[in-house]
Amino acid sequence: MTLTETPKAIAGASTFVDDRLGAGPFLKRNLRKIFPDHWSFLLGEIALYSFILLLLTGTFLTFWFRPSMGDVVYNGSYAPLQGVEMSEAYASTLHISFDVRGGLLIRQMHHWAAIMFIAGMMAHALRVFFTGAYRKPREFNYLIGVILLTLALFEGLTGYSLPDDLLSGAGLRITEGVILSIPLVGTYIMTFLFGGEYPGDDIISRFYTIHILLIPGILLALITAHLILMWVQKHTQQAGPGRTEHNVVGAPFYPAFMAKAGAYTLFTFAVITLLATFAQINPIWLFGPYTPADISAGSQPDFYMGFLEGSLRLMPAWEINVWGHTLPMSVLIPALVPLGIVMTGLALYPFLEQWVTGDRREHHMADRPRNNPHRTAIGITAVTFYGLLWLLGANDEISANFKIPLYVTTIVGRFLIILGPVLAYWITYRICIGLQRRDGELLSHGVESGVIKRLPHGEYIEVHSPPAHDLAEHIRGARKAIPAIDAAPDADGIPPKTARGPLGKLRTMMSKTYASAVLPLEDGHGNGHHADGEHAAVGAGEQKELH
Amino acid sequence: MTETNENEERVPRRVIGTPTTPASPLGEAPVATQAPPDPGVKAADEDGARRAERIVALLFTITFLAGIAFIVSYVYFQVGDIDKTATSNLALGTSLSVALLALAVGIVVWVRQIMPKYNLIQERHPMASSTADREYVSETFVQGANESGFVKRKMLRRTLLLAAAPLGLLPIILLRDLGPMPGVSLRHTVWKKGLRLTVEGTGQPIRASDFDSPGGILSVVPEGYEHDLNALAKATLILIKLRPQDIKAGTNLNWTHDGIIAYSKICTHVGCPAALYEQTTHHILCPCHQSTFDAADGAKVIFGPAARPLPQLPIAVDGEGFLVAQSDFDVPVGPSFWERGDAEAEAREKKAS
Repeated sequence: MTLTETPKAIAGASTFVDDRLGAGPFLKRNLRKIFPDHWSFLLGEIALYSFILLLLTGTFLTFWFRPSMGDVVYNGSYAPLQGVEMSEAYASTLHISFDVRGGLLIRQMHHWAAIMFIAGMMAHALRVFFTGAYRKPREFNYLIGVILLTLALFEGLTGYSLPDDLLSGAGLRITEGVILSIPLVGTYIMTFLFGGEYPGDDIISRFYTIHILLIPGILLALITAHLILMWVQKHTQQAGPGRTEHNVVGAPFYPAFMAKAGAYTLFTFAVITLLATFAQINPIWLFGPYTPADISAGSQPDFYMGFLEGSLRLMPAWEINVWGHTLPMSVLIPALVPLGIVMTGLALYPFLEQWVTGDRREHHMADRPRNNPHRTAIGITAVTFYGLLWLLGANDEISANFKIPLYVTTIVGRFLIILGPVLAYWITYRICIGLQRRDGELLSHGVESGVIKRLPHGEYIEVHSPPAHDLAEHIRGARKAIPAIDAAPDADGIPPKTARGPLGKLRTMMSKTYASAVLPLEDGHGNGHHADGEHAAVGAGEQKELH
Repeated sequence: MTETNENEERVPRRVIGTPTTPASPLGEAPVATQAPPDPGVKAADEDGARRAERIVALLFTITFLAGIAFIVSYVYFQVGDIDKTATSNLALGTSLSVALLALAVGIVVWVRQIMPKYNLIQERHPMASSTADREYVSETFVQGANESGFVKRKMLRRTLLLAAAPLGLLPIILLRDLGPMPGVSLRHTVWKKGLRLTVEGTGQPIRASDFDSPGGILSVVPEGYEHDLNALAKATLILIKLRPQDIKAGTNLNWTHDGIIAYSKICTHVGCPAALYEQTTHHILCPCHQSTFDAADGAKVIFGPAARPLPQLPIAVDGEGFLVAQSDFDVPVGPSFWERGDAEAEAREKKAS
């Protein structure tokens, strides 16, 4: 059976809506809106669906959680802590875990969803960066993304401080120490935030408001804006047959993409539920209530805070005392600099790149990372820097599990944090160039067929077959020259205004370097970038095959 | 339902053979099934689709059953202790996972095997508005600005800005009562002359003669403040017993009693409790960022990001032989802050004078 007209019930209801809202033109334009297909476009969706799940599970938790630091004696059903004095916040978290059916599951889902949310955002941000999807006209949306990621870190911090167990308290204590290190206003911010001395009686209820209202409200508004802009500006797409800068090729929103997005939501929920069922997370009942006098060894924050932990551990002792004031550099630098470098760098990159290349055009085709080696290398450098800090946030675990002395991990880390990114830049750059050459070879010489042929005069050759049509189109479409600013001197030998002065010279130099990293793609032979011997042999083979 | 009826009354009944009135914004879609096939839409193979339908139906049924299983688990498995909670968590989590997964997989099979393969093309248009629109907006803006008098009337403009300035500050002013001024609260702890040291957890005062095995360590809190977290955040101590010959010059011997030394347990880096102690080397290690202090040598920093030693508390014994404080710390404990200054140097000068 197929429908020949809209069923009456739907027609009636939609007329009712349309008479009042005039949704027709919007639906006409958007029901069959085209969405390009690529797995990497789904990374952001993981974050989106995790956020939805966070709102749902979070609301459930608020029905029982009591954001209060008032003292109670625990008499719930978790026997080992019965009779222990603790805050209401901790007692109510125990209550959710042990006395509410499904409470533990939802609590663990909330925590796993938070981790998925941030991990999804990070993966999505990397995809956007490495494919150049932040370029005009998408800079606003990109900046919204950077803000979302930063806010999510604070959302996570305020969230895992709420249960008021020994581990969350350790995080709060470090937060206090970091705030205190801020010059001039640190002590004021600290006493204002905590309502007096640390830990005081206010921080949990204040963090609660920030965690369940303030930041989620902003996140929700920004995510909505992020989606609207994505919808209006349309998705970027990978190069391929029939795809240009002026079209989108893919599946329509209704029904295919809609159903896929629904399935993907369910997959995200399902994976988080599986994790919450089988992978225990934050077993607060094992840690006990918070007291500033105690800590357990191997205290680790959630993964997204690990890089701050690592940078705090790595920093050598350094404190400046002048004119009766103290600058605790060994706290200030590691707490602010890495976060500042990564987030500010991320936010500024689209504009720096535009300044360097002078490129003011719109871009809708996703770059292949290899085709912009300097951008890719800069990205991998940042990833290496971040990744090393993150890894060294667990140097005690590394030390314990691999039997390396603890201090050695720190000292090696101090060197690696400088050398690693530099090395990463160079290696990534070389890999990109190598991959570009391989693409060129693939196009000009074809794919190795595995067939060896003996020619009449005795020479052996391997037969190459031309690459598949779509593959070739993908390679060709994605290889585009990067523009450089015009720095050529005019007839009188005077360089243009933009290329003068130290800044202009730096810009010219960077522009040239940036642009020159794309090798021209030459179909056929005579590609000068190949090792000559190998080229001749393979080329000869292919020529023979063509006859 | 009434809406539909209303519709029918309003719209004249269709004469057979004439085209349908587009009754809804969704109304155009069905035509596509009769229209010449779009090259971008490749219908699924019917045999495959029929097979896929059976699979999808099976998966959807699994979701139905798992949903029922979730409700049954909720009713059947009670919580109340760690084992029961674990069972309930497993039952609820597994049934929910299965329900979500089967539905998700079912929809994917539906999309891939039953819906057509799409390769549709849509044109992009530049984001920028047309020049005419831009000009119109810019003209309107200028016109409106002039009409409002905001440009011409200086006094209006300036007083409006004047009016806005304090209003913007008000929200910040209102935050003032979030907390008291820091004052000197970071410089003092509750320790004072004669206040007894007690063991953290049990609250027992410590008789110096009982704490007599070299290498021993205790976590210590001030008597009467066992449950005062604000006090503990600054006043918690580690008490260490060393052999007299092990004690080095950095330690203030006048502040010890018979080889018993009290250091602040609050790390001078960012305030974690420096809780780990290695007996053979006398090293105190903070588990958060691994600042290491030499307990034998005035808790000076051996390794890690902490810039200052753990402050030493002057202790003595009272008439009954219990350990007591001689006074408060002579320097602020815990992490550094802007107003702290070089408190160690000041304390040394004070002592010298």
